[in-house]
Amino acid sequence: MKFVIGRLGRSVFLILGAVFLSFVFASMAPGNYFDEMKMNPQISPQTIAALHDKYGLDRSLPERFLTWLSSAAHGDLGYSFAYNRPVAPLLWTRARNTLLLAVLTTFVSWLIAIPWGTWMALRRGTWIDRIGGISIAGILVTPEILLALSVLIIAVRTGLLPVGGMYSAAGGDSTWQHGKDLLKHIFGPATVLVLGFLPMLTAHVRSAMLAALESPSVRAAEAHGIGRWRVLSRYALPLSANPLISLFGVSLATLLSSTLLVEVVMSWPGLGPFFLEAIFARDIYCVIGTVFLSTLFLVAGTLTADLMLYAVDPRIRRP
Amino acid sequence: MANQPQPSSEPLLRAVELQKSYGRSAFWSGRTRDFKALDGVSLSITSGSCTALIGESGSGKSTLAACLARLEDADQGEVWFEGTNLSRLSGQTLRSARARFQLIFQDASAALNPGFTAAELVEEPLVIQKIGNRGEQRGRAREILQRLGIPEARHQCRSQEFSGGQRKRIALARALVLRPRLLILDEVLSGLDLLIAAQILKQLMELRAEQGLALLFASHDLNLLARTVDSIAVMQHGQIVEQGSTPDLFNRPQHPYTRSLISAYEQLQDTRARGAGR
Repeated sequence: MKFVIGRLGRSVFLILGAVFLSFVFASMAPGNYFDEMKMNPQISPQTIAALHDKYGLDRSLPERFLTWLSSAAHGDLGYSFAYNRPVAPLLWTRARNTLLLAVLTTFVSWLIAIPWGTWMALRRGTWIDRIGGISIAGILVTPEILLALSVLIIAVRTGLLPVGGMYSAAGGDSTWQHGKDLLKHIFGPATVLVLGFLPMLTAHVRSAMLAALESPSVRAAEAHGIGRWRVLSRYALPLSANPLISLFGVSLATLLSSTLLVEVVMSWPGLGPFFLEAIFARDIYCVIGTVFLSTLFLVAGTLTADLMLYAVDPRIRRP
Repeated sequence: MANQPQPSSEPLLRAVELQKSYGRSAFWSGRTRDFKALDGVSLSITSGSCTALIGESGSGKSTLAACLARLEDADQGEVWFEGTNLSRLSGQTLRSARARFQLIFQDASAALNPGFTAAELVEEPLVIQKIGNRGEQRGRAREILQRLGIPEARHQCRSQEFSGGQRKRIALARALVLRPRLLILDEVLSGLDLLIAAQILKQLMELRAEQGLALLFASHDLNLLARTVDSIAVMQHGQIVEQGSTPDLFNRPQHPYTRSLISAYEQLQDTRARGAGR
């Protein structure tokens, strides 16, 4: 329990730190949402000054940060200038879509990476390992944007996949048809993210598994006559779990940043396009809200990884 | 050594002309550079005997130990155990045969699964080899652990909660619980303080006397083993350069490397004797 409380405390500190830094950087950037209004002769400087005053843009940075904290405590996460409503409801819908994509990608990537990496480690030095290594290197050097464009081209040329969006207008009414439609739309962005994510994961699984298979405890288990499957499941996998669980936490950060880019390119209605629009419009509280939510996901991921490590490895539980 | 069993003349284990190389081919040229870890090694171990395999680091002792236990496959040569050619066994037959010969590694601490308790570690080989029912397995594990100095109150502790010496005892218990005919110990006594090493050696000798267990110590340290083993095989550069009974080897060493080993051993004994006389 002490471990969980300690980690939670650190997580809260991290999130607040990230949000404060967002405030600092946002205040350093020139201009704000209302600057464009100055070009409009129909809007008087007094009106713009009144808007500045209304939204607290003239106040000091610590003041604005404290106001935002109070707004966050009320569940609003600030006020969007562009949408003229609190940020939180705008974020939740998009965050749900981003989470759906990120969770599906993480799940599928690990589901493929663990058996593939293990197989390569078991067949170390054979042609299977070499071909696997070359494929990994090949996908690893391909930028995600190129992968996304390739999938888009395939979708446009073949017409097998929808180009952008989450649902079709004629997607159907039943839950089954709705689900099928969603699956068709998510397939493209998920494929790009899995392809971008998989090589790094597989390479890590392979090296962690190799280290585990060469460890004295695995060799000793073989010397005691313990069979291949039991050695793999009870020895090699738990031994390789620690670096992989740590990687799981870090991978969420990588995946989240990749997700935002892929969402923009492939028009997935997640946090990515919302974030980009907010930056262009200088809708500062939407930007900060997105940073807050991304940090929250990242911290939740690393916290989950820490708790998993705590559960899996008795050495960490040792006082 | 009056209470020690007389070794039978029939070899329990016989290694014939073992060769093992480790090589790596260069990426571009494909040229292979080989390092000969074993170069035509032949060795016989009789039932109930106690043999030392002495040599400096890199002489091939650990490779030989691993090949004898079929953890590594020799490039050439054969290993016979109780009349069976181990080199031809595979799969389940090999795994079943492993119950009769056990290898303990130098790094015994790392050889224990950190997720298991001492009791689970010792019971596991019995479970895998399907020896006895659960009650018998627990009883045998408890007995051997206690015998090797691990108190019952600590049987449910995980391996990392034990000291280095205790972990080696658990590793020994894990091997001995199967009641093997041959125990290969790869530098098992290295890194332990003299008192603990002597205690473990004494316990092994008692088990040897009771069960007719054959022991093969691979070690670079002649000092601890000279008074314990019946015979010594001296290894250098992947070859056994000399082997014979302990008195023969000490009285009539033939190979220059054996002579230098024995001379170093005698010098150390003299220094100790002088130190004790002061």
